[in-house]
Amino acid sequence: MARYHSKTTVLQNDWDQVASAVWQRYPNPHSKHVLSEDVISRKIEDNKLHSFRLLTKTNHLPKWGERFLPTGTPKFASIVEESVVDPVAKTFTTFTWNLNFTRIMHVREKVVYSVSPENNDWTQIHREAWVSSGMYGFIRAIQHFGVDRYKKNAEKANMGLRLVLDKLFNKGQEVATEQKPVEKKGLLKEKAKVAKEAAIQVAQQKAQQKQGTLM
Amino acid sequence: MNSVGSECTDMKRDYDQCFNKWFSEKFLKGDRANEACTPLFKKYQSCVKKAMKEKEINIEDVERTILGTNSEPQKPPSAKPSSEESTSTSGSS
Repeated sequence: MARYHSKTTVLQNDWDQVASAVWQRYPNPHSKHVLSEDVISRKIEDNKLHSFRLLTKTNHLPKWGERFLPTGTPKFASIVEESVVDPVAKTFTTFTWNLNFTRIMHVREKVVYSVSPENNDWTQIHREAWVSSGMYGFIRAIQHFGVDRYKKNAEKANMGLRLVLDKLFNKGQEVATEQKPVEKKGLLKEKAKVAKEAAIQVAQQKAQQKQGTLM
Repeated sequence: MNSVGSECTDMKRDYDQCFNKWFSEKFLKGDRANEACTPLFKKYQSCVKKAMKEKEINIEDVERTILGTNSEPQKPPSAKPSSEESTSTSGSS
């Protein structure tokens, strides 16, 4: 069972500019967690550009999550990005997922950059993510951490893209979206609750291990 | 931006410059011919594939088509309309 998150943003740049900027979005001040990017293959099929890219990113986990990693595990995550650019329909679709650490946390993201229905000169970015974990007993805590980290990274991605657009075309404006401070307060409480639950589960597992009853 | 193999970064830069120019000046304007950057791509690719092998990243794992197939995950029926930000639990993994 995966946790699903979606968000739509609008940029005041035309689709051609955004499509060009997506390829040039790294590095930027908000992408320090991205270590490398490479194109693995590219082809044109049915007038659409299909690409596969490999990204490596740092893989920060909270303290309670680091115990799942055997000593000596590489700290970087490998991520695949599959994409299709349709210059006629003016859609740029990416699908990214992590190659490693999938049992601990599997994050899949689909992003569609298309012409905004509000204004032909603007671009809509529709992001969707599915976060799941196979770690029995920690699924909820890991999913919560994963969604939280994903939201922060999605925001960094949008900010980075705006900066690159500004650099390339001297304009990277986002249409203002409303803030919800009440929701933020609730999220902090929820975060603290989940972290506490995770800590309790870790302590229980340790106790069970001592008794030799953990499978 | 760096390549996964540090020795490939310069080749990556040369290829990226060629590709970005082709993409905005040709591809987006209707010219779908793709040959201009091929020699640079071949050189860069051979370096990257070697680096991936060294880092034990399997190329078959990377080139797996998911978009438009049954493997592509779907929005759960319980999710709110896509114009808002929303988080929910999906029945499908």
